[in-house]
Amino acid sequence: MSIDLTQFQQTFFEESMEGLDDMEANLLQLEVGAVDNEQINSIFRAAHSIKGGSATFGFDQIAGFTHVLETLLDEMREGQRDVTTDAVDVLLQSVDILRSMINAIQNSSTYDEDRAADIQSRLESILHNGSQTSDVSTATESVEKNSNQGIGWKISFTPHASMMQTGNDTVRIFRELEEYGELKAVVNTNDIPDFSEYIPEDSYLSWELTLLTQADRTVISDVFAWVEDECELSIEPIIDESRVTEKASPPEPVTTTQATNSSQKVTSVPASEAKTNATKSNTTKASESASIRVGIDKVDALINMVGELVITQSMLNQFAESEEVTAAQIEQLKNGLGQLERNTRELQESVMSIRMLPISFIFSRFPRMVHDLSSKLSKQVELVMSGEGTELDKTVMEKIGDPMVHLVRNAIDHGIETPEQRAEKGKPAIGKVNLNAFHQGGNIVIEIKDDGAGLDKDRLLSKAREKGLVREDETLSEEQIYQLIFNPGFSTASVVSDVSGRGVGMDVVKKNIISLGGSIDIESKLEKGTTFRVRLPLTLAILDGQTVKVGDEVYIIPLVSIMESIQIKQDMVRQVGGDMEVFKLRDEYLPIIRLHQVFEINRAVEEFENGLLVVVEGSGQRVGLFVDELLGQQQVVIKSLDTNFKKMAGISGATILGDGSVAIIIDIPGMVNLASIQNRDVKRAIA
Amino acid sequence: MTKVLAVDDSASMRQMVSFTLKGAGYDVVEAKDGVEALAIAKTSNFNLVVTDVNMPNMDGISLIRELRALPDYKFTPMLMLTTESGTDKKSEGKAAGATGWIVKPFNPDQLLATIKRVIG
Repeated sequence: MSIDLTQFQQTFFEESMEGLDDMEANLLQLEVGAVDNEQINSIFRAAHSIKGGSATFGFDQIAGFTHVLETLLDEMREGQRDVTTDAVDVLLQSVDILRSMINAIQNSSTYDEDRAADIQSRLESILHNGSQTSDVSTATESVEKNSNQGIGWKISFTPHASMMQTGNDTVRIFRELEEYGELKAVVNTNDIPDFSEYIPEDSYLSWELTLLTQADRTVISDVFAWVEDECELSIEPIIDESRVTEKASPPEPVTTTQATNSSQKVTSVPASEAKTNATKSNTTKASESASIRVGIDKVDALINMVGELVITQSMLNQFAESEEVTAAQIEQLKNGLGQLERNTRELQESVMSIRMLPISFIFSRFPRMVHDLSSKLSKQVELVMSGEGTELDKTVMEKIGDPMVHLVRNAIDHGIETPEQRAEKGKPAIGKVNLNAFHQGGNIVIEIKDDGAGLDKDRLLSKAREKGLVREDETLSEEQIYQLIFNPGFSTASVVSDVSGRGVGMDVVKKNIISLGGSIDIESKLEKGTTFRVRLPLTLAILDGQTVKVGDEVYIIPLVSIMESIQIKQDMVRQVGGDMEVFKLRDEYLPIIRLHQVFEINRAVEEFENGLLVVVEGSGQRVGLFVDELLGQQQVVIKSLDTNFKKMAGISGATILGDGSVAIIIDIPGMVNLASIQNRDVKRAIA
Repeated sequence: MTKVLAVDDSASMRQMVSFTLKGAGYDVVEAKDGVEALAIAKTSNFNLVVTDVNMPNMDGISLIRELRALPDYKFTPMLMLTTESGTDKKSEGKAAGATGWIVKPFNPDQLLATIKRVIG
């Protein structure tokens, strides 16, 4: 029978990736403290499993690579080799290589074979260096002794008394021998003790076997391999050409056993089944990204909630049936509706929580990154993480990963100083980077804090002036100066390293965070360190909105982007560049966007005195949105316009209000961009 | 029906062993380490145990030793899955009471052929 092994490959890939993650995590810890045996053991086990699996499923390159890796780890595990930082480093790189090898196979692409060969030779050189040089001189026994020169083998076989107790059985051994040729067995019962001394679990028989076969000695001794330490065994060739003499020495041959032929027919696996499983691997991969793992407790909570909802519904149903309504019933009805509201809210919360994942999904990649970066930059960095269990929406999580990486990288590259510099400043040689996550209101806050050099306000400002980002006479608040680093093409690092410092990225970081409806602010003290604080909504599906009225229409402005709302007079507004209106708020000129003009609404308020100006910030710019009046604040469920209608500039979606009407949600960055072209003209006009 | 207990911490190996044996008409129960296997073995009687050696919580050799001490498993064939380099492991396993071993890597045919040596 043959079984298609490809059906197990997907599982092998998944578990190997998990194993590599474990390996990496353990390797990183290994370096910090004293050597923990269980850690080395589990690293070894992961490598061992990958090796076994890859060899079984036919990935010889992976098997070859992991073999060297495993040998090294085995020596470490047995205490024959010290765990050096150098070795850990090579091991970590081996993890990378294995990941790329597995990825390459999965996506039928290629990996960096030169690097793999390089790492493998480094592993080998560690292995050959020092202690063990266990040269495996393949014990080639003389070929003549093994090959079959006669017509068969004469085997004398005396099991030890305890042989049966390991589950071996002489009959089965004979049965196997019989597959190689004609077998004759003569039993010797001389050693059977008196009945009073007889132990039924022991073995007392011995045999003289003659096997007429062409099979080599190794084949025959292999049959006895499992019991070779539990028996006396001799295998001699039968040279006599004519016939096999049966002048067997044991007296009184009691029985002559000819083991029954027992060639078991094995049912083969239906080919169709094997095939369907083989094709499965492709489809599972595609659906993988769209799935989510949910804890059973969350599902249980949800079912529980739905159960309560059903109870409430049946309770309310009673009132529909009664013909006359008494005062007492109205009271009950009110209670019921109150309960319904509670149920609905709880249900909403628990449905949302299904999309929630702990932020450790992102945090887990940082220990490795910090390790690599700090050794690359010759810095010593300790990473402290807290709040890993803080949950946030899966979609938000996916989008915040890269910005986080950039911020942490930045903290180590620009923030933390070299040990020498730190010593000069009287700081401990090891720098500290703290990652912290916690919930605050409806937001998740992620802090990236370093105890490095801090931001130099004066340098930032002079650089910004140099680049023409800030005018000479302009005065900026501390926070505003720090925010300058999010400008495209702004970098103060005097030497551009390949880690960061090209000024590419910080602007993208901010843009990504803003597009998630979040914000980022900076706190810094020169020579003490910098803290980046990222604030994100817990979910993208629900938004805290401010409802505003324009004519007969209701619009929703995301609450996070609103700075303030003010009433202005017509004479505070200046007309520039044709029909563009600007308004001076403190030191800044803000373009005014009249929403009724954008959306072409009739019967809206036209005079500034009768309406309100909502100052909003998006893409780092502020604009004033002119509306009729503010209505209220409420949480709204975002319905995508892209999927239900089409993408519209300046609109991020829509929602259904309590009265059933549809309200448009305004996309503030989009709206700002709509105005920004005109805005640039405005700035020029004013300057 | 012949009942086999397949023990391996690697899901892919476990699946492969299980799938192969089921295809050959055996009744297979899977366990992911020695602790789980021991618990399962106590609740039901198996005709054969096939176990990996390197596993977390309880390794295969300890599992065999524990099982061998149980009256129900005194003569039950127990095979361990070892790698070619594990000569020490083989004798350690034998000392613990293993019946024999299957050297990794193996393919389904080799697995079945080896198993036929101990049951059937």
